[in-house]
Amino acid sequence: MSLGIRPAPVKKTLTVAATPERAFEVFTAGFGRWWPASHSIGESPLKLAVIEPGVGGRWYGLLEDGTENLWGDVLDWEPPHRVVLAWRIGADWTFDPDLLTEVEVRFTAEGQGTRVDFEHRHLERMGDAAESARASFDSEGGWSGLLRMFAAEAAKAS
Amino acid sequence: MAYGNAAFAALSDPTRRMVLERLAAGPRAVGEIAEGVPVSRPAVSQHLKVLKDAGLVSDRQEGARRIYTIDPKGLGAVRAWLDQFWDVALDAFKAEVERVANDEKGDAP
Repeated sequence: MSLGIRPAPVKKTLTVAATPERAFEVFTAGFGRWWPASHSIGESPLKLAVIEPGVGGRWYGLLEDGTENLWGDVLDWEPPHRVVLAWRIGADWTFDPDLLTEVEVRFTAEGQGTRVDFEHRHLERMGDAAESARASFDSEGGWSGLLRMFAAEAAKAS
Repeated sequence: MAYGNAAFAALSDPTRRMVLERLAAGPRAVGEIAEGVPVSRPAVSQHLKVLKDAGLVSDRQEGARRIYTIDPKGLGAVRAWLDQFWDVALDAFKAEVERVANDEKGDAP
């Protein structure tokens, strides 16, 4: 790897005043109750956010206009201790089934509550597509194409 | 939602995309970048500043020259965005868990 930047995982630790069972249940089955509606890709507002239970379950958003936005899937499912989700949204804001970044959430009883250890890792893989595109700079799939996608997104956002 | 609006805003300009594409081919000084772009050198410097502020390029001093390189992953901004994104999401999660837990306490005799 000749180019130096490897983004560190995003890590968070918080304590919630509930049992691990409750915390796990709310995080997964109750996902749609707390996921911020603003956290959606797509043009239509987010209506519902879902994590389907069990390994292979889908993680997606249902938009007001009926579109379904797939974000990823469940990689590990160990209630009430741990869930690992695949986040397959690339730096270009599109779903890429070949992209694997991992969101791991662990729930550990601590006193009367639960410590939640959160990690979103392998963020550098979001750049792998960009990196290989770099090698084929002149191709449509290269930086030019990537930048067009960025630009399209920017136009949407403005 | 967007990974760092600054990055997208920076990329919305065709000249800046051109500058970035020049840098994608390898590290360059301002003068070298300006050769491939149909705007003045001061304008290129200005565009580089915007790209740098957006976390898309970085620079280093090499003798008398300042060399610009693309953030190889273009991910500085993405990571910063995700970091903030998860703060907001996990705050909302905590609020919901504790709301549920409190409701249950309230229901208890």
